Amino acid sequence: MSATCRIRLTVNGLPVMAAVEPRLLLADFLRERLELTGTHLGCEHGVCGACTVLLDDAAVRACLLFAVQTDGANITTVEGLAPDGRLSALQECFRERHALQCGFCTPGILITAHALLVENPTPTRAQVRHAISGHLCRCTGYVPIVDAILAAAARLAANA
Amino acid sequence: MKPPAFDYAAPDTLAEVLALLARHGDTARPLAGGQSLVPVLNLRLASPGLLVDLNRVTELRGIRVDATGTLIIGATTRHRAVELSPEVARCNPLLAAAMPWIAHVQIRNRGTHGGSLAHADPSAELPAVALASDAELEIAGPSATRRVAANAFFQGLFATALGAGELLVAARYPAWPARRRCGFIEVARRHGDYAIAGVAVTVDIDESASVTATRVVLFGVGDAPQRAHAVEAGLAGAPLSAATIHRAATHAADGLDARSDLHASAEYRRELAVVLTRRALEQTLAPRRADAT
Repeated sequence: MSATCRIRLTVNGLPVMAAVEPRLLLADFLRERLELTGTHLGCEHGVCGACTVLLDDAAVRACLLFAVQTDGANITTVEGLAPDGRLSALQECFRERHALQCGFCTPGILITAHALLVENPTPTRAQVRHAISGHLCRCTGYVPIVDAILAAAARLAANA
Repeated sequence: MKPPAFDYAAPDTLAEVLALLARHGDTARPLAGGQSLVPVLNLRLASPGLLVDLNRVTELRGIRVDATGTLIIGATTRHRAVELSPEVARCNPLLAAAMPWIAHVQIRNRGTHGGSLAHADPSAELPAVALASDAELEIAGPSATRRVAANAFFQGLFATALGAGELLVAARYPAWPARRRCGFIEVARRHGDYAIAGVAVTVDIDESASVTATRVVLFGVGDAPQRAHAVEAGLAGAPLSAATIHRAATHAADGLDARSDLHASAEYRRELAVVLTRRALEQTLAPRRADAT
């Protein structure tokens, strides 16, 4: 076994210190060491999108990063989208529009949609479809997900 | 699906990276964005003894344009940064057109320019763009730095001119001529998936809109990006028109190395080569909006 490395990072606004083996994937670190099991692991090779988290505000695959690489970084998981236990506008829209069924893909899609709306608060339907093209959902057929993201954009604009 | 154990180093300078690669030889692998390497590790298709993380080496990252108009992209510049760069849009519209086709935004946020070029996946967009742009790849080694033309750099399936202990440090795209037009298109089952076939083209024209030079590069079809020389010959000297393009594109599969795999047969790829070459060339009939400004 290779030597462990010490890392310090911020996860959902809270400081974290840990000693990690270099091969520990960020997704496993979040789920097993920090017990943030909202980040799901599907394919473990970057295809399905279920493990998507924010790394310094950019949506990335947590299965294609090692925890050791996040020393000094700022990570946001799906738990960080509702820090006070209340659903965000985006999450409310997912619930209202039936944009999830089994929920396995949902955390990753919420992270991508959150990042999209921060970067582009008024996306077109085509832009939303392009943004979530890196996520597999086997339940919904995607249409309610696209509807929910557009509804969240409208709601956030109205409340701004 | 967990990667095998490895040692990890995250140096701050290129000199330290090169020293580590020299000391550890074949057992060391550079880690750039990891969007191709980490899946390979997770699937245990490789087990390097040491990963040398390039992400803290700031001198390898960035986009700049030199006095000759050459666009220089550092090896660890993220795809997303290239996609959104005004310099790239201005200095190489073909590269700008290709960027949104590279995987998905979550991958482009992490994947790097040099990583994709050095990996030389036959389905990858950037090797084809580099070849169509007559780019040069800048390589640092234990004792010297050298530049290799794209047509000598890509040598086959995941094979490049990079030697032991060497690292790709930048891609250099020569200045874009005033009358150059370009086209880019690919086909995949789902947008962002690996291309089944794709085409990158540049067409240079003179004052009377006759073709003076072209590059027609097919990718995803064989083991490495390939120039469609018969199409280029068919365009040379002819007026740039729909008729010229349609006639020349019919030769896109002439001499083409096409493979069959789980995604498509060689026959289908040859058919796609002809259709996509025509469509990519049709994009050159009108200047892109970015070309006009």
